[in-house]
Amino acid sequence: MSWSGVAVYVENYGRGPSKASFELLGKAREIAAKIGGFVHAIVLLDKEVEKCADVLVAYGADEVIVYRVEDRELPNLLIHKCSLVDAIKQLMPKLVLFPATPWGRSLAPRVAASIGAGLTADCLDVYVDDSGDIVQVRPAFTGNIIAHIKTITHPVMTTVRPGVFPVPKPDFSRKGRVIEKVLNSNMCPSAKEGYRVLGLSREKKVRIQEARVIVSIGRGVKSREDIKLFEELAKELGAQLACSKPLVDAGWMEKDFQVGFSGNIVKPKVYIALGISGAPQHIAGMKDSDFVISVNTDPSAPIARYSNIFVVGDMYEFAKKLLDAVRTLKGVGN
Amino acid sequence: MNIVVLIKPTPDITKVKFDIEKGTVNRASTNLEINPFDLYAIEVAKRIKKLFGGTIVSISMAPPQAEVALRDALARGVDRAILLSDRRFAGADTLATSYTLASAIRKLGSFDIILCGEKSVDGDTAHVGPEVAELLRVPHASFVTQVSRFDKDRIVVESDYGDAYYEIELRLPALVALSRPLMFLGETVEPSIPKVGDVLRARRAKIEVWSADDLKDVADLNRLGILGSPTRVVKSYYALESGREAKVVRGIEGVSTVLQALKELGVL
Ligand SMILES: Cc1cc2nc3c(=O)[nH]c(=O)nc-3n(C[C@H](O)[C@H](O)[C@H](O)COP(=O)(O)OP(=O)(O)OC[C@H]3O[C@@H](n4cnc5c(N)ncnc54)[C@H](O)[C@@H]3O)c2cc1C
Ligand SMILES: Nc1ncnc2c1ncn2[C@@H]1O[C@H](COP(=O)(O)O)[C@@H](O)[C@H]1O
Repeated sequence: MSWSGVAVYVENYGRGPSKASFELLGKAREIAAKIGGFVHAIVLLDKEVEKCADVLVAYGADEVIVYRVEDRELPNLLIHKCSLVDAIKQLMPKLVLFPATPWGRSLAPRVAASIGAGLTADCLDVYVDDSGDIVQVRPAFTGNIIAHIKTITHPVMTTVRPGVFPVPKPDFSRKGRVIEKVLNSNMCPSAKEGYRVLGLSREKKVRIQEARVIVSIGRGVKSREDIKLFEELAKELGAQLACSKPLVDAGWMEKDFQVGFSGNIVKPKVYIALGISGAPQHIAGMKDSDFVISVNTDPSAPIARYSNIFVVGDMYEFAKKLLDAVRTLKGVGN
Repeated sequence: MNIVVLIKPTPDITKVKFDIEKGTVNRASTNLEINPFDLYAIEVAKRIKKLFGGTIVSISMAPPQAEVALRDALARGVDRAILLSDRRFAGADTLATSYTLASAIRKLGSFDIILCGEKSVDGDTAHVGPEVAELLRVPHASFVTQVSRFDKDRIVVESDYGDAYYEIELRLPALVALSRPLMFLGETVEPSIPKVGDVLRARRAKIEVWSADDLKDVADLNRLGILGSPTRVVKSYYALESGREAKVVRGIEGVSTVLQALKELGVL
């Protein structure tokens, strides 16, 4: 047997298969068309195997490899690793895709190290070049550099940033095959004693990565109480409130609201940055937004270079006036 | 407790100069300092040592000029700093880096816990922690935001899976990759500034430098450096050229311009 096709790891804890996994199935189809072979979806499931498999086939899988587990909702990292190592050894895919979610980024390197494969992190693209090689595109140096990377051994393993590829249109007339597997305990010794998920600890309050419009506030905010004004503006615009790191450091906002290298990478239609200077670690988290509006008292603030509209002025005054204007506009509309 | 901390000496990302044409980094343009996330690993190591006693050994794979960063680690409370430095380590990707670090840990002998940062500001992969754990066959948790229990043989941590945070029990020995903001047994962890006395002491302290030959008994030398690296950068370029030409507006005019734009963009 030789290496062929693409395998996708379907992230499936908590609420079920993640959106990012469907994005990967779409990309996998595109790549398989160029390099040949099947698209395999690898998933760990407790029940309703057929139902899940049908969905994965509709989104692009030719073959669904199911490992039966009892703890789908509270996944054991070591058991997922053993399942993937087993699947990769049997399927011999040329390319293995993982979602670059924290879970995917925790799992993929263990799998890679176990089989001695190369792994490329948090990719923004994967393509097949003129010589038929798979090329992985990723940011490095806190987003300052974009690198194109080839893997010279098999398989090529990649984690892909959620949201960069579209979710494909499902086609429920597609046909695929389901292969059920059981991991016997000697394939994954001591996994259960080594790693135990005790339970859900905290839900995320917000998922700013999914927002279409973001109002993001930075150190220009003078006190915790002042955040209310910007919250109101966000609400009036139907936007999600977000922030830069100093507000999290100060304890004024939760980490889930932070945009940037050590926070969340966002790609909204409109990003409104108020009182944010535009440090590289912040830019790394928002530079792919479709349209950027920023407000800053300092005309030389670096964020200007990443903005479509740059307002030189006070963020408080701006927010109050915009709020008034929007309310007037809505009032007129009623 | 035998505590190992993985410390990556990295360039200060706000000062480092990029060759915008070639898309490369001028590594001589700034000093190497401790990767910001790794400062949290040192801090947690100190707290564990306070509770259980033991020693903190830091391991870094880096060029010789990283010594300054290791002295900083010593000043911050690391007992023993080991620098893995050799031409044969050069060109390592995350797999070869992890193999080298794991081999050095093997050479050290037994350990109870390995602490590292969530990711590095230059490599930015978050691979090295999990890969080291796999190579040493111990459990790990990444993106850890809380250590809520610490016993002699097991610990409980909170880890960010993406959709939510989960509570995980790990049997020791284990590896933990730390995020921020971070809590340790109910207290917020922040890197502290070393005292002058400690800085002076660290200046005279010994940094152990290990070469590839020092790992001969525990490592396959073909798995080090570029030889052991399956990935290759084929092209790179500077990413922060935005290509956006901002329309600059002032004061009250700004509000009407933004209002207009929001209407056109369909927000209003
Ligand atoms: C490892 C590491 C990771 C990091 N990760 C992140 C990250 O994920 N996200 C992040 O954001 N940062 C991150 N940072 C921090 C980053 O380097 C900057 O310190 C931070 O982004 C600055 O936030 P800021 O722009 O809000 O504050 P500042 O840089 O202080 O800028 C405040 C701006 O507000 C303007 N201003 C002040 N008052 C007003 C007013 N009344 N009206 C209008 N404008 C006003 C000022 O002119 C200034 O430009 C990271 C740093 C490190 C070392
Ligand atoms: N060369 C290295 N030497 C020591 N520790 C490292 C090295 N590279 C990575 N690490 C550790 O692994 C973590 C993750 O780094 P990375 O995988 O590069 O994102 C860092 O925070 C360090 O703790």
